[in-house]
Amino acid sequence: MSNTTMSAPAARMPAQLEYVTFRLADQWLGIPVMLVQEVLVAMRIARVPLAPDAIAGFLNLRGQIVTAVDLRKTLRLGPRQPGAEIMNVVVLQEGELFAFMVDEVGDVVSVANDLVEPTPVTLDPRWRAACTGIVRRERGLLLVMNVQEVLRLEQPSG
Amino acid sequence: MDDLLRDFLTESNENLAKLDNDIVELEQHPGDIARLNGVFRTIHTIKGTCGFLGLTRLEGVAHAAENVLDALRAGRLDVRPELIGDVLAAVDCIKMVLVALEQTEAEPEGDDLALIARLEVWLHSTDQPTAMSAEPVHEEHSAPREAAPATDAAAPPWDGSDRRKNGDASVSESTLRVAVEVLDKLMNLVGELALGRNQLLQLAASEEESSFAKPVQQLDRVTTDLLEAVMKTRMQPIGNAWTKLPRLVRDLSHSSDKQISLVMHGAETDLDRQILQAIQDPLTHMIRNSADHGVETPAIRRAAGKAEMGTIHLSARHEGGHVVIEIVDDGAGIDVARVRRKAIERGLVKADVAEGLPDAQVLRFIFEPGFSTAEQVTNVSGRGVGMDVVRSNIDAIGGTVELSSQPGRGTTVRIKIPLTLAIISALLVGTAGESFAVPQIGIVELVRVTEEQHALVENVHGAQFYRLRETLLPLVPLRALLRLEEADGIDTYNIVVCQVGQARFGLVVDDVFDTQEIVVKPVGRMIKHLPAYAGCTITGDGRVIMILDPAGIASIAQVASTETRDEAEQAARAAERARAALQTESKESVLLFDAGFPALQAVPLSLVARLEEFPLSVMEEADGHFLVQYRGALMPVVAANASMDLRSVELCPVIVFSDRNRTMGLAVKEIRDIVEDHVQLQRRAARPGVLGVAVIAGRATEVIDTDHFLRHAHGETLTPCPDDEQADLEIPVAA
Repeated sequence: MSNTTMSAPAARMPAQLEYVTFRLADQWLGIPVMLVQEVLVAMRIARVPLAPDAIAGFLNLRGQIVTAVDLRKTLRLGPRQPGAEIMNVVVLQEGELFAFMVDEVGDVVSVANDLVEPTPVTLDPRWRAACTGIVRRERGLLLVMNVQEVLRLEQPSG
Repeated sequence: MDDLLRDFLTESNENLAKLDNDIVELEQHPGDIARLNGVFRTIHTIKGTCGFLGLTRLEGVAHAAENVLDALRAGRLDVRPELIGDVLAAVDCIKMVLVALEQTEAEPEGDDLALIARLEVWLHSTDQPTAMSAEPVHEEHSAPREAAPATDAAAPPWDGSDRRKNGDASVSESTLRVAVEVLDKLMNLVGELALGRNQLLQLAASEEESSFAKPVQQLDRVTTDLLEAVMKTRMQPIGNAWTKLPRLVRDLSHSSDKQISLVMHGAETDLDRQILQAIQDPLTHMIRNSADHGVETPAIRRAAGKAEMGTIHLSARHEGGHVVIEIVDDGAGIDVARVRRKAIERGLVKADVAEGLPDAQVLRFIFEPGFSTAEQVTNVSGRGVGMDVVRSNIDAIGGTVELSSQPGRGTTVRIKIPLTLAIISALLVGTAGESFAVPQIGIVELVRVTEEQHALVENVHGAQFYRLRETLLPLVPLRALLRLEEADGIDTYNIVVCQVGQARFGLVVDDVFDTQEIVVKPVGRMIKHLPAYAGCTITGDGRVIMILDPAGIASIAQVASTETRDEAEQAARAAERARAALQTESKESVLLFDAGFPALQAVPLSLVARLEEFPLSVMEEADGHFLVQYRGALMPVVAANASMDLRSVELCPVIVFSDRNRTMGLAVKEIRDIVEDHVQLQRRAARPGVLGVAVIAGRATEVIDTDHFLRHAHGETLTPCPDDEQADLEIPVAA
């Protein structure tokens, strides 16, 4: 994945942002492209007994330990079909690598900031915590995911 | 070169390198008091050391610069470029002298009167504006160095060129300070490299006559060397943690009027800097303890026939991938009775149990929180903080600490710690199809349990114990601990006996694989809260596996307390303590039973291992003795009343006694009750096997002598006439 867009510092808030899109069940979500390190096909995941349910385990990304987070479980979606394909969206957050396990990875899309609307209050509280905004597209809604908040949902307190 | 001078040069060069920047910064931020103080301190230190080393020229310059800086600190002078320039000139001059010192070990010819005079002019200048805003300084700071005058002939500005021309590495260049982060990063990278190497090795090994074999082998060799070299960069001699100790001991011996010499061996023993930091405080504390509590005053030592001068030996050595540190003093030793008393006072152990504990076990209480045996709190120790912290610090780095003491002869503390934390030796184990690594340092031994040996595993209230050489080892099945899938039909499994602090437990796993050097990687914030894991690692075939933390597992399974209690109770059953326990008036639980004598009989419950009922069918008669197969061994069963015929009862109540290595069953007619009462022997009995008569629950009751029966059951099997009571009587006398 190209990282050339990373040079635009987020602080200056460019008029538009690029998002890596991915699908969970039938919902499309997006993460700002500058947070995404890479996208991986399914890898061997070493499960960690006693870990929180959504923490699928650890994977070895060229010698680095990556914590795999099953977003279906985080967002309380039903389990996948057995044998369904899994993709991993790898993000770097506070010096640590996480792999979000998703059903499908779509295009990188560019969205003007003023098209991002606040999430509707009727949205499930977990989803509201995990998403910062919503974008209407011709092909349906795109939820903008907040990586930090979604990880906080899983992080054990204390 | 003199060590002192060498240290001075290394230190000064480092400080001076920073000083230039600091002075320039100071010029830009005149209000930065912290920085000004820092600059002052550096110059002050150099001046002080110069005086000490007799370097008069250096001292003169440093003194003049110090005075100016002091005036700045006091607000008598203000920061202005010209002044800063002169200070920098002084720094340059100091550097020049240092270079010469390095080469010739003497100060160069010449004087710095002009420079010193210039510095002194500032001190006497009265036209100094007393208040100066920061702005003008900012405007002028663009060219502060211009104000620095070309130094006079005697002190040419130092440009380092003469040193470079010299070619050979000088003292200050032969060592290099490197940021710890850089070393950590290197360590990480080499760790990764080692993992890659392991994967390549496995690949190459899977193919016969691979053309990769040779280069991979080469890579393997270099990687191993590199790993070692990088590890070495993190290593520091343990002597670095000892530097303050001689002074400490000296001060302590003065303040307490003792004569103590500290003898140190193995100061050059290397270990990882992280570990070095972790043991510094515990070491200091234990040396302090030895000096304060251990070594006696000269008068006492003389009276005890010892040399007036006490000695504390501190030594370190490498031993099988670990570092062993020993602190040995020739002092009074630890008063075990006092420790026992304190332990009871603090409620750490019940009085009757404590009496039966072996000394070695009593000494362990010293590591309990809030434990101090010092009768008086001195300003040095005896506040009851310390030894528990010592132990927890050492536990935290995966080390162990042992203590032994001989009254009047001294105390020995033995600490065993790993060389490094980044790469550890670990045992790979498997359970329910998952692999885990267990740090080798926590492992005492491995026990393989086959189907036939399942009888050695006992269940007590749902907790499992393994009978390992006469101790009951609490078992922690990893499968249940980690809530892994149940497996059926596993008839052979393995117990990894782990030691955490003073406690031992057996981790039950399915398989034991091999030992590997593994690189410890942190687990990240999602897993960090789980005490069962110490980290994770990547194996040779690229899998991620979890590293188990025996200390964490012990705390989840709460085996530490169980184990101590169990051991304590077992030891308390020691039969030789029985008489003493009975003769003191204390309320205790006794088991009442009927053995067919006119009076009821009693035995302290603490001596009873358990109560059983054996049907006649399991009683085997051999050579006139009754034996029962009990927990994988043959246990002799003896009738409490010689007139009782074991063959005549269908189901026989049996009281099982055991002391440390003997077990026996006492067959009785009927078990009556368990009561709590003061047991005081009123009268000694003449009949063997009875200690005496006591009033228990309002009735005269015979208290039996379990020791007699144990001896009878085990000892008498050697005598030819088992029914002869006279022969039996002789034995206690002989014993």
